[in-house]
Amino acid sequence: MTDFIATAPMNTARPGLLKRIRTKVPFLVILSLLWLSLMILVALLTDWVRPYPVTKMDLSARLAVPGTPGHWLGTDELGRDVLSRLMQSIRVSLVIAFGATALSAVFGTTLGFLAARFRGIVEHLVLTLADFQAALPFMILALSVLAFFGSSLTLLVFLMGFYGWERYARIARGLAISAGAQGYAAAVVQLGATPARIYLKHILPNVASTLIVSMTLTFPEIILMESGLSFLGLGVQPPETSLGNMVGFGREYLTRAPWIMLAPALVVMLTTLSISLAGDWLRDRLDPTVR
Amino acid sequence: MTALLEAADLVRVYEVQRGLLAKPAFVRAVDGVSLAVSAGETLGIVGESGSGKSTLGRVLLGIDPAAGGQVLFSGKPMPARGTPEWRKLRAQMQLVFQDPLAALDRRLPIAEQIGEPLIIHGLVAKADVKDRVSELMAAVGLRRDQAERYPHELSGGQRQRVVIARALATEPKLLVCDEPVSALDVSIQAQVVNLLRDLQDRHGLAMVFISHDLKVVRNIADRVAVMYLGRIVEEASSEDIFVKPLHPYTQALVSSVPVPGRRLKSRIILQGEPPNPAKRPSGCAFHPRCPMAQPPCRTSIPALRTLESKRAAACLLLDRSEVPLVT
Amino acid sequence: MLSFVLSRLLRAFITVLLVMTFAFCVLRLSGDPAQILLGPDAPQEAIDAFRERWGLNDPILVQYWAYLRSLLSLDFGMSMRDKSPALQLVLERIPTTLQLTVPALILKIGIGIPAGVYAALHRESVADRGVIMLAVLGFTMPSFVIGLLLVLIFSVTLGWLPSGGQDGWIHGILPTLTMSIGGVGILARFSRSAMIEVLGQPYIRAASAKGVSWRDVVWKHALPNASVPIVTIVGFMIGSLIAGAVVVETIFAWPGIGRLLVVSVANRDLAVVQCLLLVIAGTMVLANLAVDILYGWLDPRLSRKSGVH
Repeated sequence: MTDFIATAPMNTARPGLLKRIRTKVPFLVILSLLWLSLMILVALLTDWVRPYPVTKMDLSARLAVPGTPGHWLGTDELGRDVLSRLMQSIRVSLVIAFGATALSAVFGTTLGFLAARFRGIVEHLVLTLADFQAALPFMILALSVLAFFGSSLTLLVFLMGFYGWERYARIARGLAISAGAQGYAAAVVQLGATPARIYLKHILPNVASTLIVSMTLTFPEIILMESGLSFLGLGVQPPETSLGNMVGFGREYLTRAPWIMLAPALVVMLTTLSISLAGDWLRDRLDPTVR
Repeated sequence: MTALLEAADLVRVYEVQRGLLAKPAFVRAVDGVSLAVSAGETLGIVGESGSGKSTLGRVLLGIDPAAGGQVLFSGKPMPARGTPEWRKLRAQMQLVFQDPLAALDRRLPIAEQIGEPLIIHGLVAKADVKDRVSELMAAVGLRRDQAERYPHELSGGQRQRVVIARALATEPKLLVCDEPVSALDVSIQAQVVNLLRDLQDRHGLAMVFISHDLKVVRNIADRVAVMYLGRIVEEASSEDIFVKPLHPYTQALVSSVPVPGRRLKSRIILQGEPPNPAKRPSGCAFHPRCPMAQPPCRTSIPALRTLESKRAAACLLLDRSEVPLVT
Repeated sequence: MLSFVLSRLLRAFITVLLVMTFAFCVLRLSGDPAQILLGPDAPQEAIDAFRERWGLNDPILVQYWAYLRSLLSLDFGMSMRDKSPALQLVLERIPTTLQLTVPALILKIGIGIPAGVYAALHRESVADRGVIMLAVLGFTMPSFVIGLLLVLIFSVTLGWLPSGGQDGWIHGILPTLTMSIGGVGILARFSRSAMIEVLGQPYIRAASAKGVSWRDVVWKHALPNASVPIVTIVGFMIGSLIAGAVVVETIFAWPGIGRLLVVSVANRDLAVVQCLLLVIAGTMVLANLAVDILYGWLDPRLSRKSGVH
């Protein structure tokens, strides 16, 4: 079999899809991708598959241990099913992380391109803003905004959308400037293209892979940030639930019912770990600077 | 006779920042250059790196703004860079780059890139773009089946053909070629130069051909301008430059070009540092390296003056006809 | 070099000004500052007096200027809970926080950098893989998970260490550990890649080809060059000495800056929040400034070519 593969020309029958994936993608990355798909499925389907409504209390079955029939991950102090709450939390945390990552990528890239296009004052302004962002730990910034405005889901998504924008802005600006200095972008300028065409049709596709790699870095950080805020009780507010918020409330029952806190903590860990592993792998494949 | 492209007294100054609070230094990359190119004519521009020849090419196209002087294209002044008029004018003047790989977008198939100027300028109906691209590809010697290839899948010579095809798409009147062959293998260079010459004959376009390589320029240019530290030091027909160079710098350049059947015995080897535009010598900029320099060369700057019919040179010694001719 | 330092100083100044402006804007956007700073049940006379004193009836630019002036004279207002000056409350808490963050920083540097350098020098070894795994774990585990796991193991199950409070050094062990685990991972990963990159440089090969002993290559050539990027991240860690303990202090009920911030946010004690914001931003900016200058000193190219493109 190995001989056959080694000598087979490219166009003859390729080994099966599964086999090709297995030889090309490391085992850990496959596991990560499987876990992430599971998380996305759960987030999409939670309304249909979760066994109980999120707020359904069953005071006769409070603090049931995991493995109890009907409550496979146990129940919390009010007898609410941990599995059901976990599924809803995954959805909320993922929605916030996806929304925020998209916002921050669009916002940062736009500012970066504007800085590259107009240079001068616009560029200084963007860079100063980026400095400002770097000067304050994001957790502190987020906490003070929440202090002034109070917490709501929309505000939380927008707030998280400011996380990491300066990274995209720096990358987009740097790549656009270097593209404009000698390369293809200068050539297209010279063909008479409008700036919109140059940035959207030429520069954006060329920097997209680097930006996507940054997104795989920002995404887990946003999950951690949101769960940290929710853990402190300043992010997602009850009755809504998120992974960090579950850990935060589970903390009170750490001695008697550690599963309330362990289940969401494990999900946070596995998810951020999976994104990091998959992101590292993606970076090796996509980032042209590595090649 | 009206020239297609006319430049008068062009100056291009670069500002070199030496730190936030230090005074910026100014480097004159192009320093008072005047020239004219007629339709169908090829002007060669020759010089070492740092002579300002590439900058001159960019100023001629209006890509870099001139700090002084004026460029007239078809008798009209060059609009400011980035304005709609400037963009519109791109259809009539194009640039061929030194490094074709850098000049092409690596994420688009070449056919799309060749057709892009047509779409930008709306010159051809969308449905006909494909046909026109096939025509262009055939004209520069690319195979039809290469249309969907990406730049990195082609050889250096083929990539340069793509760049040339893209430059010719709008049927421009002027083509500026900035070292179009110096990144290519010697064996490919001749092919590309011949291609450019054929295309010029066929379309009657004017060309400014910038190169550090006299051999290449000799093959294609009608007239040659030799640049040294931002100035033209000699300008003459291609024939005259090679047979009877007048300026000592040109003589040194010409003497280094090998001629079949002749030993390079009389080669003039220039001494001293290569020119640095940031440290421009006083007087005649060439005097520190000039084998024939006299005391006055250190203090007075020679003007480019017309000597015989249709040729000019900038050397103090020529005024006293002291320069021995190299044969 | 002087112009380099001056330009960095200017940037630091602008950043602090931006943070002040940010606090001003957020305060104004969120409603009537008098109402917010004095609390909802403040009597009308107090609100009027406050508006008068802070010039809240003046045009916005005048208010902004007055606001900046009061900040510069270190007047950050009163805490509505304790009725004491906000600045005093904040300053009181700083040593408590430093009791945790300074030992944690020493642990991070003392373990993280040597582990990363060792891993880089012994690539693909078991130790290297261990460092990478630890680094990835430290990077992906939220500190509240680490903290709670440590509590679960050492306080709840084994009963060795207290799970909270601030009563002698033994109470500081778990929070310090929690804080350092992630940082050790980040620093190890960072030093490892910085070192690997330097070891791949031509001058390292040139030095070992010349016959310089491997020990000297590592100590005299590789480490000094790898230290440049490492200094940046250490500088960032120093900058967040005061700020970096929000979650951990909450878990372990450690009465430091972070705890104060969380409590003040929960109570909407805005004068204290604003004061914390400025103190934290100030220390971060100072640390960044110090790193920048140190950086320029370590890497002479930087200070000289600043601004030249």
